[in-house]
Amino acid sequence: MMREYKNRKNQQKKAYYNDRFWVAPTLPKLDPQEDEIFEQDYKALKKSFKIKEAYIQLGQLVLVINPQDNKTVLEFMKNELDYTFLSELSASDYLEKSGEFEIFYQLLSISKRKRARVKCRIKEDSAIESVYTVFKSADWAEREMFDLVGVKVNNHYNLKRIIMPDDWHGHPLRKAYPLQGDEAAQWYEVDKIFGKEYRDVIGPEQRDSARVDKKDTKNFARIFHEVPYGEKPSDKPTKQDYQEEDGVFFIDEFKKENSKVLNTRR
Amino acid sequence: MQQVNRLKPFFENLNFDREDNRMVVNFGPQHPSAHGQLRLILELDGEKVTKAIPDIGYLHRGMEKMAENMIYNEFLPTTDRMDYIAATSNNYGFAYSVEKLIGVEVPRRAKVIRTMLLEINRIISHLFWLATHALDVGAMTIFLYCFREREFAMDLMEDYCGARLTHSAVRIGGVPLDLPNGWLDKLSVFISELPKNIADYEGLLDQNRIWKMRLEDVGVISKEDALSWGCSGVVLRGSGVEWDIRKEEPYELYDEVDFDVPYTDRCDSYGRYKLYMEEMRQSVRILKQLIPMYAQTEPQIMAHAPQYISAPKEQIMTQNYSLMQHFVLVTQGMRPPVGEVYAPTESPKGELGFYINSEGDPYPYRLKVRAPSFWHTSILQELLVDHYIADVTAIIGNLNVVFGEIDR
Repeated sequence: MMREYKNRKNQQKKAYYNDRFWVAPTLPKLDPQEDEIFEQDYKALKKSFKIKEAYIQLGQLVLVINPQDNKTVLEFMKNELDYTFLSELSASDYLEKSGEFEIFYQLLSISKRKRARVKCRIKEDSAIESVYTVFKSADWAEREMFDLVGVKVNNHYNLKRIIMPDDWHGHPLRKAYPLQGDEAAQWYEVDKIFGKEYRDVIGPEQRDSARVDKKDTKNFARIFHEVPYGEKPSDKPTKQDYQEEDGVFFIDEFKKENSKVLNTRR
Repeated sequence: MQQVNRLKPFFENLNFDREDNRMVVNFGPQHPSAHGQLRLILELDGEKVTKAIPDIGYLHRGMEKMAENMIYNEFLPTTDRMDYIAATSNNYGFAYSVEKLIGVEVPRRAKVIRTMLLEINRIISHLFWLATHALDVGAMTIFLYCFREREFAMDLMEDYCGARLTHSAVRIGGVPLDLPNGWLDKLSVFISELPKNIADYEGLLDQNRIWKMRLEDVGVISKEDALSWGCSGVVLRGSGVEWDIRKEEPYELYDEVDFDVPYTDRCDSYGRYKLYMEEMRQSVRILKQLIPMYAQTEPQIMAHAPQYISAPKEQIMTQNYSLMQHFVLVTQGMRPPVGEVYAPTESPKGELGFYINSEGDPYPYRLKVRAPSFWHTSILQELLVDHYIADVTAIIGNLNVVFGEIDR
């Protein structure tokens, strides 16, 4: 069976060198007043909802809201502000830093030709309200968010894994998710398919896809020195021209010099 | 001796023996017209679909997880494997979002080459779509005709970047290569021949009785549904929404070339077929305008931004400082500013967007791919109901889904 993974630390790859004095620059955050349409939208939203932060980044309006308001804000933006298209919805994992998920909804208004992003943060043990009834596209997106990041969604009619198998443990896009299988993982498939007693016969699963065994004659790993199955490796180069010496019976011998390569299309 | 296979299939607690004369059919994941690894669980009443549950995830490779553990340049070839029918559009989508993040302006020659490659990829993708869709519906001839023409387009891609399917023909900040000698002549031969072929395909299909019976009023997506389900690209335009990101939020040279965005109110499969044909003609039109533009550009093909992008090879080989920069950029990777970007592009399938959340590290903190096919597959659960089982393959084929980008 798959095992649950308990480690809570960030397992992702980190830069192997960081300059002590390097300070990463930040993308400019413009005031919503810089853009006429965004300013109106922001003002309309501010009347009925609490907007924690609002700014324009790279030409798109970013709104940070309370997680309890997510459905009503999206409903308002769809019906009143004409953001009729939910193009993306997902979450990122900030569990190690603050114990929160950051959820974003990427919206598009076709009539205004503007894009906006609504963001909110929730604690790991709390859940977010489903927006499936506002935008049907949230149906699978919320399932994917639940499957890969592990954000719980309330009132979703069919919240189950969509991409990973149903018996999977853990959520792969969390920062604490391991990048490689451990000691037990290399026996997982052998045990499941053949049984533990076949561990000696089959051996551990080779998980490094880039590994090439030069002496492995069974898998024809020595290119241009292939030998038949089970035979010892040899340094004699194998013949690369598979055409018979005098041609195959009934079939004219293929002469490379007589063949014609088309350089332009007919 | 091998024991009996212990792998137990998981049937989602579906009840296959039923009282009410309905039948549950498992369609895929290995089915020639599922266009990849789509599994559909269909509940049938006679030949009519009463319930459809699409099941995906059979091609999941963890692209987004891989992106979080790769430097930006390292991830670019991986994007090839998403929409592998038109790989350059993915490369471009990723490069475009990173360029927006780091604020780099691409040289004009690179823009011309990129726009050409994107349009060739659109033609390749649309020809492939027509070929496989027609084959699903039963028109073998079209399949062979389209593949012949697609072969010439793929030859062009091969002449440019050496690969036919996984191109990686775009880099962050430009393109890796200039056009080879005589490439533009080959391109102009190709685009002069293509419209005749498109006319042939239309001659075979437009008034074809079987084609019309299989496509007309099949897979009707209303305007509201298309918007609500997040449909984009031809599916959205086929439902009467005039929205093409190339026109509305232009990138590269799309604001300088003339082209029309075809759209229709028909909402059915036949309307979408007509749009695909018209889009290919528009791509030819764009390519025709781009060819003379190429000669008017300076030879520079990569942007000059030493903090993020390596210098040209000659400089790396001759100048010490460029070599140092190159070494740091290859071993550590570029460090974009802190911030978020969502950059949408119009890929042949629809709106392809890359959301990147950067924390100033060489690795993206979070990268989310908005792949159009994912949303086009989710609509199947509503769309297939009340259609006959023969229409199922027609609708799947018509929506132009590719599983590399659905499962990622």
